[in-house]
This record gives sequence, structure tokens and C-alpha cells, in this order.
Amino acid sequence: MQHLIIGAGPAGVVAAETLRKADPDADIAIIGDEPEPPYSRMAIPYYLIDNIDESGTYLRDPKQHFASLDIEVVQQRVDKIDTTGKTVALADGSSRSYDKLLLATGSHPVSPPIPGLDLPQVHSCWTLADARNIIKLAQSGSNVVLIGAGFIGCIILEALVRRGVNLAVIEMGNRMVPRMLDEKAGGLLETWCKNKGIDVHTSCSVDGISDAGDGQVEVSLSDGGKLNAALVITATGVRANTDLVEGSDIKVDQGILVDRRMQTSNADVYAAGDVAQGVDFSTGNFEVQAIQPTATDHGRIAALNMAGQGDEHHGTLNMNVLDTVGLVSCSFGLWMGVDGGDSAELYNPDEFQYISLQFDGNTLVGASSVGKTQHVGVLRGLIESKIDLSDWKDRLMADPTAIMEAYVGSTQELGYS
Amino acid sequence: MQKSLHIDPGKCTGCLQCEMACSYEHTGTFNPSRSYIKVFTFHHEGRFAPYTCTQCDEAWCMRACPVDAISVDMATGAKVVSDDKCVGCKVCTIACPFGTINYSQATGKVVKCDLCGGDPQCAAACPTSAITYVDADWTGYDRMMASAAKSLPSAEATA
Amino acid sequence: MSWTRNVLRVDLSKGSCTSEPLNMEWAKLYLGQRGLASKYLSEEVDPKCDPLGPENKFIMTTGPLTGTMASTSGRYSCVTKGPLTGAIACSNSGGYFGAELKNAGWDMIIFEGKSDKPVYLLLQDDKAELRDATHLWGKTAWETDDIIHATHQEPQMRIATIGRTAENGCLYAAVINDKHRAAGRSGVGTVMASKNLKAVAVRGTQGIGNVEDANAFMQATNDGKAVLAENAVTGQGLPAFGTQVLMNVINGIGGLPARNMRDVGFEGAEHISAEAMAEPRASDGKPNLTTNAACFGCTIACGRISTVDPTHFSVKDKPQYQGASGGLEYEAAWALGADTGVDDLDALTYVNFLCNEDGMDPITYGATVAAAMEMFEDGNITTEHTGGIELTFGNAEAFVAITEQFCQGGTFAEDLGLGSKRLTEKYGRPELSMTVKGQEFPAYDPRGIQGIGLNYATSNRGACHLRGYTIASEVLGIPVKTELNDTDGKPELVKAFQDATALVDSSGLCIFTTFAWGMDNIAPQIDAACEGDWSVENCLEVGERVWNMERLFNEAAGFTADDDKLPKRLLEEAIKDGPTKGQVNRLGEMLPKYYEVRGWTADGKIPEETRKRLSL
Repeated sequence: MQHLIIGAGPAGVVAAETLRKADPDADIAIIGDEPEPPYSRMAIPYYLIDNIDESGTYLRDPKQHFASLDIEVVQQRVDKIDTTGKTVALADGSSRSYDKLLLATGSHPVSPPIPGLDLPQVHSCWTLADARNIIKLAQSGSNVVLIGAGFIGCIILEALVRRGVNLAVIEMGNRMVPRMLDEKAGGLLETWCKNKGIDVHTSCSVDGISDAGDGQVEVSLSDGGKLNAALVITATGVRANTDLVEGSDIKVDQGILVDRRMQTSNADVYAAGDVAQGVDFSTGNFEVQAIQPTATDHGRIAALNMAGQGDEHHGTLNMNVLDTVGLVSCSFGLWMGVDGGDSAELYNPDEFQYISLQFDGNTLVGASSVGKTQHVGVLRGLIESKIDLSDWKDRLMADPTAIMEAYVGSTQELGYS
Repeated sequence: MQKSLHIDPGKCTGCLQCEMACSYEHTGTFNPSRSYIKVFTFHHEGRFAPYTCTQCDEAWCMRACPVDAISVDMATGAKVVSDDKCVGCKVCTIACPFGTINYSQATGKVVKCDLCGGDPQCAAACPTSAITYVDADWTGYDRMMASAAKSLPSAEATA
Repeated sequence: MSWTRNVLRVDLSKGSCTSEPLNMEWAKLYLGQRGLASKYLSEEVDPKCDPLGPENKFIMTTGPLTGTMASTSGRYSCVTKGPLTGAIACSNSGGYFGAELKNAGWDMIIFEGKSDKPVYLLLQDDKAELRDATHLWGKTAWETDDIIHATHQEPQMRIATIGRTAENGCLYAAVINDKHRAAGRSGVGTVMASKNLKAVAVRGTQGIGNVEDANAFMQATNDGKAVLAENAVTGQGLPAFGTQVLMNVINGIGGLPARNMRDVGFEGAEHISAEAMAEPRASDGKPNLTTNAACFGCTIACGRISTVDPTHFSVKDKPQYQGASGGLEYEAAWALGADTGVDDLDALTYVNFLCNEDGMDPITYGATVAAAMEMFEDGNITTEHTGGIELTFGNAEAFVAITEQFCQGGTFAEDLGLGSKRLTEKYGRPELSMTVKGQEFPAYDPRGIQGIGLNYATSNRGACHLRGYTIASEVLGIPVKTELNDTDGKPELVKAFQDATALVDSSGLCIFTTFAWGMDNIAPQIDAACEGDWSVENCLEVGERVWNMERLFNEAAGFTADDDKLPKRLLEEAIKDGPTKGQVNRLGEMLPKYYEVRGWTADGKIPEETRKRLSL
């Protein structure tokens, strides 16, 4: 059995490991086009603040991990997939055949339609190569403009602040991380960032970037403002890497369409991670989530199905955790609530604390929080296990911080002896 | 045979000796705020429930970790965080549906129960045997984990 | 060293919070908590001051063992000049607040002055600030606890607060922490209210990591825990039955006072005893007792968590009182029950909830109601005073009604808030106040049990069993049995108990350990934790020093030997029936000898040589 995996990110690596466990005798190969060993983008912010060196971003110990599992890691770009002949053509002219193919090609940052993005001072923050460029240009005292206060933008904020730059953030939405947090929570992040000396512009976009000489650029804002910068970082969202399957029989929407077994429209081809448009737990819709936990879940489920051992997948929960210059926030599932559902909320702007629980009947379907680091995972547990909270809902409505008590009280036998 | 923590909430009096013992073992101070086991109080019911990681087979935390910082202690079965590798990204803290791996402001890393290398101090300190360290078969954890896993849809793919 | 060496000084007049180093010279002489805070109070406060004036100070204090793995390490004390007595007051409480305060990095908080508006102290590790509490004034202790928790979204925050009775001027208001633990006696909560200080909210995450000899400490505390576990009282009796195990025992020996101490022996005792609390009730098949519970660090777990029968008249239409909360301890069951003649367990449990919710000392409250009941039966107090309530002995409905009225500040609340001494004086019956130095007796009748009478009479904070619990010896035979009605040897016994208790109260440990622990179990734990000499001998000397220092404070406040006395009823009205029939307390036989063994003069003064011996 030949299992071929395109993409060396978390989805691809977890898939390879799961395949090895499920099918000890199979041939397994991962093909990745970046020059480094498989690494994690989640670790890049910590690389930017020198907490770790480059090897600290590696998904696994590259020296022995893959070899010990007899997983071949090939550093090559894939040019073309032939789903009829079940082969993959590589950039060096060679080709590989497969019995089952997994597409874990990830996503790429999208560039906003702004003139001047091709200037050398403008970078995205997505790959290790980008990170190296940022480190070079983000010197202490220099002006940096970050376009986009989404998830990626926010996780590198601290890295930039710690490097001592003068930072301005431009976000088109009316708040920070609009796709992860509501207005109150996003507002807390904004105030927090401003208190840390970050110049935050929301409901604002960039009209253009032009060379200002002396290695500097000028960033023109939609509100008429102009900012000088030595470095402009774009972080305005990502899009699935679907180029490889264009023109093939594999169907694509926002990402590669997969069923509940992560199988594409071609029975021998699977997709996982940022590239896959898989089923969302909360909505039952097929969506691109592009988050780390979903990538690893996808990888595992796809692999089990490739090995013929899998089951139908009930969907991955959309969730995020974000550390914005020391303020931790997270959100899960339908954090914006559902029609007719109750919501419980505590909002304490003085302390930068917020918690919001969203119910559908007596079950929790979504949640978000700011300033809370303990036991947040249980929000996932409560949502995904659809625990009947009828005994707890009134108390949670009055005190949403009691989520752990609600979980423990609902799942443990509180006997008396 | 591998052993695991067995918790009988009915016997717990809420004294927090377990939290002190855990923090003393891991930080050298008596500091419940840094304990990996937590006693939850149910005031209205008059109940207490110690709660910590069950070292579940699913190992949601370990799978979610982007930098391979969590591994299995082969002797005890505990899922152990390597401080050297953990970057503090917190993905595991939202991935663990039991809420038992948490970010520590004090260290900038995540922390969780490691079974103290096979001699869990919470169990040693518990005055009422509400926490014991016993052969895994006895614990009922399999049952609990099975029911938890069953209720978590994304776990079903392994069934 | 185990002290954090940090004192937080909060000037409520200025609204400032400042940190200063702990006076380590004093710490070596007075250890911590009760002893050390009393030293601070003695040095900083004029003993003659108005206890409710801004010149009085209010100290919350932990001991060096508070928050450590020693068993029962959850204690803290509130030290101030008490408004009920005018004497030095030190009220000790468990729960979790004390350990949290220590974990936040503080040995003590000294509150001084008076805020011009209600405030609460928010203390998060080394971050201290006074917050506006206008919205909390008028709220119960339970409501305050909930609101502060909700405001700060921190379930682990521990809160000590006053209820409404303190705000209403009740002279025996308690400080309630963790909703149902209380620094109960002598009106320490009233002092908080007088300073416009509603609550103290603490979150501590610093930990205690500086014990002197960690290995020796773990060894000594483990040894201590083993002793507690193996002892019949601390290992079995207290966890199973709580202090309520005493109700039937004390009644049986003829030591249980009833109806404002008019009688000894209570026919309803078994209905309000530990055994009754464990009995399933008809309505829902559940017993009154839900579970036992521990304070922080405690391996005994004597605490009671109870529910009121949901069909009982007191809570029938009040779901908020149908859940579990702090249940009856022996002293409360006696004062609220036997002393008022009420034998309705559910009514008493409900009133006990209200004592926790609105923060009053159930001993003084019950005994004050008992004095009012006696005056009601004698016609000194009528329904005109009580707002129509028939305040007779044994009337559970009346007791519940008057308590609700009291908490809400209703018709008779001001009178009841005076305590029995001032109340009986007001209505012309001072002989009916069962108090020493203005503070009401607990649940042991000095006519039936001689030594406890001497302890009550000489207690520095007014009548109190917790200042020298000779019941251990006289009733339970710990460490040796002494006869109930003997007076020989009782002065020595009282002194030994008083001094040892002063030491334990200065350490961070709970006095209940001494059912099983002697000083040879306690001293090694202190010695391993703290720098300096903490041998058994030195510990006992520290205890004696603390006792004498408190006495000096009271002397300067104007107390004399004339205040070391018991009410006439206990000296002259003999017990009418039962095993102790015919007995009175023979204080006169014991007091001179007591002064002598203490090294005091015949008129109860502390002479120069004794002061010198004790480095006072």
C-alpha cells in the first residue's frame, strides 16, 4: 500500500503518524516544498521574540522521528496530480505513484488589493522565511505597520512589541479579531493594545503604500492619515492552496470539498487541514476553518479512513486561543449565539475580563472569554459532548465563571460516603 | 500493570492537602494556585470534587501540540509536558475537552498532571482516601473516559 | 522562616495601602497571629480608646504555619479592641481566607482610621487597593461574597465580609469568610463596620516556600497528621459528628445550661444533637447533615454542611435557603437551642444560616435572645417591644421571626444588637445577663464544671471556652481526667490550657488539634518552619507571654480583678436537678490560687518581676 501525503504541516505529519499506527506495513511519504523540516506556524511568534530558535518550531525532531517511523520526507514541489494514473509529478521531473493520496497543502496569505504591496518593505507573516525577513526589518525603534488585526496579526503583535518597534495596527473591521470575538471582547483587546502603546486603527483600511525614500515607505489610510514605516506586515487572512487540483476531477469550493471521511470527490484522494472544506461541528456545514486543532483532527481522521479503519466524522469545532500582548482570549463554536438561544455574560472592562456563554436550549453551543486561562478547554468539552446542562443553566446564567463546576458536576458522580 | 488516579468525590472534605502537595512537588512551594489537581466546591450541594487529568488515551493535548512538547511517560502512561519544548501557545488548553491542561503565567508554559513520575503526591497527602493511586482496571476511569469519548464526536473516528 | 515578613498597612482615612516589614524581634517573642497582632495592637492603640472610633485599629493576621501543609493550617484571626467588651478581642476563623491571605504574601493587614465612604480592600498578591463599596453596603455577607466574585470573575478569590447586622450597629457582629466560617466573637465585625470597611477580597498566588527546614517540616507535619488520624476524637468523633458530639455528652453529665442558664439540663437536647442531625427526615428522606467539611489544610474535617428540611416553615417559600450551607456546631446549637429552649433542629439550622448570612456571633445572639425571653416571660419586655412577637422560651416560630427581623434591622433589632449585658441593664434586670466582661457564655455550665468557670472568669476577651478549654480534661480526660466538681488543681489546669491555647492561636493552627496533640507534637512543626528556638519550653513561655500581654492591655483599658467574676446566678443559684444537682460554681476557691500560679498579685495585677520574667 502506497500512502502519499502532500504537505508537511500538522495535518500531513499527524496523518503520516496515524497511518503508520494503523497500517504498519504501508509505504508512507510526505512531500513538502519548504526547505525546512516540517515545522509549525503556531510557533513562529515565539521564534520572533527569540524564545526559541528555528528548530523550536519543528513539528517533530527531524533527526530521528520520521526515520524511526519509516516515514519518508521528500522536499520537493509538486507540479501536478494525475488522478487517473494515480501519480504525482514533482518539480525535479520525477514522479510518485500512490494508492491513497492525502492533500494537506495548507493555505497561503491573501494579499489585499493595495497598491505598493510589492515594495521590499512589505511582508506577510506566514513562513519561516517571512519570519526571518521580519526579524531583519523590525529593529528596535523602527516604525512598523501591521495590516490586519485578525488571528495571525494578533499573535505576532507581542513579538513586534517586544522587539521594541513603534507599532500601528490597521483593521478594516470595527474591532480586533472580528471573526473570533464579539464587539465587547474585541474592544477589550483594542483598549489593552492601546494601553501597551500600540496605535490601533479599527474600521480603517489602507489605500496605498508608496516609497518614501531612505528605506522607508508611506502608508496611506482610508481615514486620511499617513504613517511612515520601515516594515509593513500584511495579515489579512488566508486562502486554501487548491492550485494543484484545478482542472482535475476533485471538486473545490472555498477549499477542497471533502465528506465526513475527509474523502474528496475522487475516492482515492483525501484532504485535510487548511486546504480542506470539512464539516463544522456546530453548523453541520462544510467550511474551511484553517486552525491548528482542526488540522490535526483532519489529519488523523483522513489517515484512519485511508487505512480503511475510519468512521464518519461529526465535525470539528471551530475554536481559537489568542495571546494578545499578554491578554489571553479564546472562542469556541457558535460564540455569536443562535436565534432563540439564551446567553450568559460577564463583562468587566476595568479588569479586562469577559466571558460569554451561548446556549441552544440547555446545551452550550458557543463561548468566548477574555482574561481567562484556567480550564478553558472544558468549554470545548461542554459544547462537543452536548452535555445536558438543565441542572446548571440557571447557575451559569447567574455566574458564567462556574463552567468548570458545571462540567465536573455534570460528568462526575458526586457521591457521598 | 499501569496505575491511575482514582478519585472518589464522596470522600473529599475540601481540605486542599492534595493541592498543596502537588504544588510542593512541582514548584517547591505550598501554592494551591499552581496545583495541577483542583478541588471544586459545590456549595449548594455541600460537595467537593478533586479533579485532574485522567491521562486519557485520546491525548487531545498531545495531538494538538504544534511543537511536540507533550509526550507519554512510558513507565506511568502520563502525558508529560516538556518545558524545553513548550512555547506557551496554549492550543492544547483549548483542545483538551476536560480543561485539565492549563497555561501558567508564572512559567509561560502549560502545566498538567504528570503523576509525579509514579508516586502521585496528591494521593499520598489525601487524608480520607478520596484520591488513591490504584491499578488502572479498578478505577472506573475506563468507563468515564469511554463515556467522555463517546460524547465527543471527533473521537469516534478511532472507535 | 515561614513568615512572609510583610505587613500591609491600610489607612482608611487617607485611602492608602503601604507595605512594611514585619517586626521580627516581636515575631520571635510572640510568634504570629493572635500573639503578634495583639502586640502590634498594644503598641499602636490606646487601650482606653473608643472601640468604634477611628483611633481603634483592626488587624487581620495569619500565623507562620498558615497556608502550609501542616494539618489545620487554614487559620487567621481578627484582632482589635472589642466593642462588646471593651477588652482586647481576638477572633479566630478557618475556611480558606487565611491561607489565601498568606499565599498573597502577607502576615497581617493593619486597618487604621476610618473611610469616609464604604470600601472594600481588593488584595491580589502584592497589588492592594481600596474599592468603592457603596453598592455593597446594606447587602448580606452572602450577597457581598457573590457580588465581589462576579465583579472580579475569580472563583478562587476568598472573601471576608460583614453582613447587615454589623452595619446596623450590632455589638457582636462577626467577620464572615467563605460564606460560612466566622471570626465570630467580641464584635470584630462591628469594628470593620465602624471603619466603613465592608469586605476584604484576596487572591494569593505567590505560595509559601520559605519553611526553615523543609525535610524536618514535612516529617513533623506528617507525624502530626498520623497522630490526628489515630486519635478517637480527631480521627473519628469530630469528622463523623462534629463538635455536636458533645450535646448529649454534656447534657448527660449535668453540664448543659438551658433557658438563659436558669436551668441546667435540656430535655430537648437529643432533638438538636449530632445524632439527630444524622437522622433521615420524613419529608425528603435526607438527614440534616449533608457532609462533613474541612477548613484549608485540615485533616480532621469537623465542619458541618447541612440543609434545612425544605418543607419546614422557616424555608418553605425560600428556595435560596434550601441548599446546603454551614450547619450547627455545638456552641451555636446550644446558644440558639438549649439556651432559648428551642428544640426544633430545622429552625436552629435556619437561624444558624442567618447568623452566617448576616454576620452575627450565634453564641452571643442566642444568649441575648435567651435573656430577652426570660425578661419577656417576667414581663419586662412585651410584644410592644418585640413588634408583636411572643418571645417565650421554646417558641421556634417566634425565634425565627425575631431573627429575620433582627437581620433586616426591624423593630427590636437595636435592642437585641446590644448584647445581653446592655439589654438587661436597659430593661432593669442586669442580673439576667450571663456574661463575663460583657461577653456571653458558651455551652458549658460553670456550676456543673468548675474549671471552665474559672477560665470564663479570667478570659481576656470575656466569657469564652476557646481561651482555655478545660472541658477536654474535666469531661473528656484529655490529657488527664480531672473531676467536674473539684476545684483543687483547676487553677493550674486553667493556666496550662490558657497558655497552650495562646500559643496555638499564634501559630496558624486550629485549637481542635489539641484533642490529640500535645505541645510535643506542635513545637516540632513550628520549629521546623520558623527560624529561632521553638522548643516546647519556649512555646509555652510564648503562650504565657501572650496571655499576660493581653491582660496588660485590659488593665490599661480599665479592667481590674473585679471583672474576673461570674454572674450571681452561677455562684448562688444551685442546680435544681440532674447529676449535678445542688452545685454552684466555687470561683472564690480558685481565683486567688489562679492569681498565684500566674505570678500575679492578690488583686490580679501583673507585678514587675513577672513582667520581667516574660520580657514584657
